[in-house]
Amino acid sequence: MHKSIDLINERIRDGNARVVSAEEMPDIVQELGEERALEEVDVVTTGTFGAMCSSGAFFNFGHADPPIRMERIWLNDVEAYAGIAAVDAYLGAASDSDTQGIEYGGAHVLEDLVAGNPVELRALSRGTDCYPRKTITTELYLEDMNHAIMCNPRNAFQRYAAATNTSERTLHTYMGTLLPHGGNISFSGAGTLSPLANDPHLRVIGSGVPIFLCGARGMVVGDGTQSSPGSQFGNLMTTGDLQEMSYDFLRAATFTGYGATLYVGVGIPLPVIDIGVVRSTAVRDEDISTPVVDYGVPRRDRPTVRTVTYQDLKSGVIEIDGEEVRTSSLSSFRKAREVAGELARWIETGQMLLSMPTRTLDATRTVHPIRETAQAPRVKEIMEKNVVSIAEDEEIRTAAKNLLRGETNHLPVLNGEGKLVGIVTTYDISKAVVRPDSGPRVRDIMTRKVIKTSPDEPVDIAARKLEQHNISALPVVDESDRLLGMLTAIDLGKLFGGRWRR
Amino acid sequence: MKLLVTFSRKGGHEPVIARTVKETGVLINVERAHIDSHAGEVLIDVPDEYAQTVCRSMVGAGANVKVLEDAVVRDENECIDCGACISVCPQDVFFLDENWNLQLHAERCVLCGKCVVACPHNALSILE
Repeated sequence: MHKSIDLINERIRDGNARVVSAEEMPDIVQELGEERALEEVDVVTTGTFGAMCSSGAFFNFGHADPPIRMERIWLNDVEAYAGIAAVDAYLGAASDSDTQGIEYGGAHVLEDLVAGNPVELRALSRGTDCYPRKTITTELYLEDMNHAIMCNPRNAFQRYAAATNTSERTLHTYMGTLLPHGGNISFSGAGTLSPLANDPHLRVIGSGVPIFLCGARGMVVGDGTQSSPGSQFGNLMTTGDLQEMSYDFLRAATFTGYGATLYVGVGIPLPVIDIGVVRSTAVRDEDISTPVVDYGVPRRDRPTVRTVTYQDLKSGVIEIDGEEVRTSSLSSFRKAREVAGELARWIETGQMLLSMPTRTLDATRTVHPIRETAQAPRVKEIMEKNVVSIAEDEEIRTAAKNLLRGETNHLPVLNGEGKLVGIVTTYDISKAVVRPDSGPRVRDIMTRKVIKTSPDEPVDIAARKLEQHNISALPVVDESDRLLGMLTAIDLGKLFGGRWRR
Repeated sequence: MKLLVTFSRKGGHEPVIARTVKETGVLINVERAHIDSHAGEVLIDVPDEYAQTVCRSMVGAGANVKVLEDAVVRDENECIDCGACISVCPQDVFFLDENWNLQLHAERCVLCGKCVVACPHNALSILE
């Protein structure tokens, strides 16, 4: 059996359409069976409410007198992209304020506008014959704009990898606060209510499909940037009129140590046209799996700690290596339900009709990493290979001599097998002179917990270690802790003078 | 009941906590302590029925005692019930109820402040 979109719309117009949420659908299908569910249910509404950094809005401010061609534009000190036309801009949610940094970003400007607050527009120009004016400063409310059109390059990811952190320090990421030693797991996404998780083969979601976007009637533009439905990480480009949006479904946020972002409410109504849609909308949290990824490894390809389902994530606790680890959601399931519920009300009351995609999206598409024409520099390329070291059972006096001989402040300490076991600095020696009762040997005064690097580690990561630990040198070791060299702040300077300069 | 005990150390290093335990016989759970050369701030947990006794003894030893209530405060206008605070809290203060609304056991809070940092919506604050 097939149910046409026209029939579904006719039922919506007549106020007879049966609309259910994607959270209710699995039980309905289980109870009625697929055929009867297809007959009875006309529309399944989905919803999600979470951080979507890739959001923003186009503005047209109207022309001033004398006219100005705005070349650089700030809204409440957050710079917007002005390379579009004379009095137009695109404000990205993730851009930071010049004066308040990440505490106030593009997202906060959008929230202020939607909440009815005025925003200061400041713009600069070189001045042209047709646009002589060079500066303008004015206060604008959302209704003062000719157009304010939200256009989000990628929204509503099908699922998100969950995050944990096995490193020794707390990380502040776009996945929130990650406690050290795998202390917690954070996740995002609405699971059973997620729009794309209910149509993973993109049969009814595509260009031109009407959606709920932050309380406004919006639509799907098409593929989101970086959409990868072929690997179950699909996303969508969406648009809607900012002037119709509601503060209830559009919220600014700041992730500590990371940046500003916008919480966006997106809901997509799915027309139940055939058994395929019945099956895909019967998806439950336990059917949607996602990896838990270790953010303690600061590389693109982070190791997966284990694979879990949204049911596991929402339970609040996940077992990793025999230990119970608590989970935190960054998106709001309560608000996701509100989105799906509000969307259902629109359809039940005939305020929104459905349509099939005017252009379908490729469900097999995947994305790849950037093509890098030059590999980011590695530690081995700039490290100092001629290193003066010392054995742990040598006298402190010998260490002092070696430091002088090597004209260095750091002396790696090796054991009998030549493995790195500690580090001694000029500061440690000074302390030993002042407090001679600490012991006569290097091992008595060395720092045992050494922050180190490896020859193949990217220099950027090693440099961050220096910065985070407030130190100026890192021993470079191989897999068996054998010393290969030292990386110092001085070596980092080589990057600026040599062949890495572009 | 949680009590925030503050004391000066200018007059010497009086063992306020130990003395109170010895004097009252009440077992005190120290949940957080910050003591430097001239002052101390200790957050303790005592059984409700002994709170009075412990307070009296500590005040007698020259300390100030404040009963901690609503130590962590949620701004319901800002909170969107995501739950980012839940897993960073060492005291299990936060949880989601069956309707996915965030709920608090504020009395468990030890003022560590981790939730304030973790909240993306600036909805949580800690009693100063």
